[in-house]
Amino acid sequence: MSEEGVDPRRRRLLAITTGLGLVGSVYAAVPFVASMAPSARARAAGAPVEVDISKLELGQLLTEEWRGKPVWILRRTPEMLKLLPQVEPQLVDPKSEVTDQQPAYAKNPTRSLKPEIMIVVGICTHLGCSPDKRLAAGPASGLGEDWPGGFFCPCHGSKFDLAGRVFKNVPAPRNLVVPPHMYLSDTRILIGEDKNKGAA
Amino acid sequence: MQKLLAWFDDRFPLTKVWKEHLAEYYAPKNFNFWYYFGSLALLALVIQILTGIFLTMHYKPDTGLAFASVEYIMRDVDWGWLIRYMHSTGASMFFIVIYLHMFRALLYGSFKGPRELLWIIGMVLYVALMAEAFMGYLLPWGNMSYWGAQVIISLFDAVPLIGPPLAEWVRGDFVISDATLNRFFAFHVVAIPLVLVGLVFVHIVALHKVGSNNPDGVEIKKKKGPDGIPLDGIPFHPYYTVKDTVGVAVFLMVFSAAMFFAPEMGGWFLEHDNFVPANILQTPPDIKPLWYFTPYYSILRANTVNFLWIPAKLWGVTFMGLAIVLFFFLPWLDRSPVKSIRYRGWMYKTALAIFAVNFVILGYLGTKSPQDVSLLLFKNVYWAQIGTILYFAFFLLMPLYTWLDKTKPVPDRVTFK
Repeated sequence: MSEEGVDPRRRRLLAITTGLGLVGSVYAAVPFVASMAPSARARAAGAPVEVDISKLELGQLLTEEWRGKPVWILRRTPEMLKLLPQVEPQLVDPKSEVTDQQPAYAKNPTRSLKPEIMIVVGICTHLGCSPDKRLAAGPASGLGEDWPGGFFCPCHGSKFDLAGRVFKNVPAPRNLVVPPHMYLSDTRILIGEDKNKGAA
Repeated sequence: MQKLLAWFDDRFPLTKVWKEHLAEYYAPKNFNFWYYFGSLALLALVIQILTGIFLTMHYKPDTGLAFASVEYIMRDVDWGWLIRYMHSTGASMFFIVIYLHMFRALLYGSFKGPRELLWIIGMVLYVALMAEAFMGYLLPWGNMSYWGAQVIISLFDAVPLIGPPLAEWVRGDFVISDATLNRFFAFHVVAIPLVLVGLVFVHIVALHKVGSNNPDGVEIKKKKGPDGIPLDGIPFHPYYTVKDTVGVAVFLMVFSAAMFFAPEMGGWFLEHDNFVPANILQTPPDIKPLWYFTPYYSILRANTVNFLWIPAKLWGVTFMGLAIVLFFFLPWLDRSPVKSIRYRGWMYKTALAIFAVNFVILGYLGTKSPQDVSLLLFKNVYWAQIGTILYFAFFLLMPLYTWLDKTKPVPDRVTFK
C-alpha cells in the first residue's frame, strides 16, 4: 500500500474508529453467546430431587432422574460391602482422591454418607453412556469368573465396582460421580443439595 | 431476445459470468472418471437442500414431538417417505461423493500449489459438512440420535479447564435436551447450509482462478495458443456439462437403487437403534455414529492409555481432531516435485494405497465393539490402534517419503488418446 498523500491524523482516527468498532462488535456478540447457555427454565429443572428409599430392599437398585441424568441408589448387602476393600488393588482411584468426583463427605471407603446406601450418577465418565448393572458376582454376570459385581458400560467396556469406582485398564478415566445429597430423614434423601453449599 | 439480453448485460454481468465460468472456462481435455465427483457433490447439496426444505414443513423440533413427526412424515404425508428417504440416502451419498472427490485430489496432487487455498476451502467445507450431518442426525430424536450426540458433545468435557461449562453451553442444558434439539435444528436448517452454500461459491471461484488440475498434473495454462487459450483446454460448456450429465445419470441410478431398495442399507444409512425413540435412561448396547464418521470414531476409541499425565480421553479427542487437521497441511507436507500419481514413485503409491485401505478398515472397526474380534486374531481395539498409527504415519512421514521418492519425468502437455 502506498503511503503517499495519506493524512496521518485521519489514518490514526480511522484506526481508532475501527478498533472501537471491533470492541463494540464483541459486546454485541455477548447476548447471542449468552443466550445459548442453559436457560432459567433449564437451571430450575436442575433443582434437587427428593427420593423415598423406605421400600428399597437389600441388594436392590433404584434409578431416579436428576438433571436429566439417571441417579442410582443401591442398598448394598453386607457381602457387597465386604467386597469393596478386596477389589481396591484393581482400581484406578480406590481412595477417591479426585475431588471433583464426589463431595468431601463421600470421600471414604464406601463413597457414601451411610455405608449401606450407594448414590452415584449412572453416567460413564468416558463418553457419557449409561452403564449396565451387573451387580451379581461371578459368571452369571457374563463378565467372567472373577467379576466381583458392579457396573459395566456396554459402549466401550468400562467397568466400575459397587461404589462406582473405576477399574484399571478401561477407557473411563475417573470414578462415577457422587452427586451432592443429604438425608432429610432416615429414609428420605434429597439429591442435588447438601448441608454445606445448598443447591449444586 | 438479443435486446433483452443487452438490457440485462447493461445492468448485470450475465454474459460475462456465463463466459467466464462456463462457455469460456477452459478445463483440461483429459479429465477421467474421478472428475465427476465435483459436480456430483454440488448435485448432492442441491438434493439435500431441496428435500430438507420440504421435510421442514412437517418436522417438529421438540423432544416430545420430533420422533412422532418423522414417523408422521413416513406414514401420513403424501410422498413424505420418498422425501425423507431422499434426504437420508442423500446424506450418505453426499459423503461417498465427497470422499471420492478428496481421494481424487490425493491421486493427482490437486492439493498442491497453486491450489493450496482451493484445498483448504474444500477441507473447511468437509468440516462444515460433518457438522451439518452430525446435527441433522439428532433431529429424528431416536435413541441413537440421542446417545450419539451425548457421546460427541461429552468430548468437549475433555477440553482442559473450560470443558464442562463449554459442553453445557453447547447443549444449553446439563444433558442433551429440548434446548439442544432446538438449536441443532437451527444450525442444521439455517446456519450451516448458509455456510455450505457460501463456501461452495468460494470454492468454485478459487477453482476458476487457478484452473482445474488433471490426471497428469500438468498446468495447461503454461502452454497457450496464439489466441491465449490453453492448448489442452476445452470449454467447460458444452464439453464437460455434457460429460457431467452422464455422471449425473449414473449417480441418480445408484441413488435410486439405494433409496428404493435399501434405504436403511442394512443399518449403514439408517441405524436400527434409531427406530426407537430417545430414552435417557437406556443406552443402546453399541453406540456408533453413521459410517462416514466411523474412521475418526475408531481413532478416538483407539486411545486407551493414560500417558504423560494426560487422560486417555483427552488423547482420543486430540488425535481425532488432529486426524482432520492434518489434511489441511497436505500441500506443505508433500515435498514431491510432481503432482500426479502417474509420475510419482512407488513410495507415494504404496503410502496412498495403505492409507485408503486403512481408512476403510478404521471405518469398519468404528462400527464394531472394541472388545470383539471382527478381523483376524486380535480384538478390534488393537487393530484400531495399528490403523491409527498407519493413519498418522501417512501424514507425518510424508515429507520424508515424498522427498526420497523417485519421480518420472512429467510431459509438457497432457496425455490424451
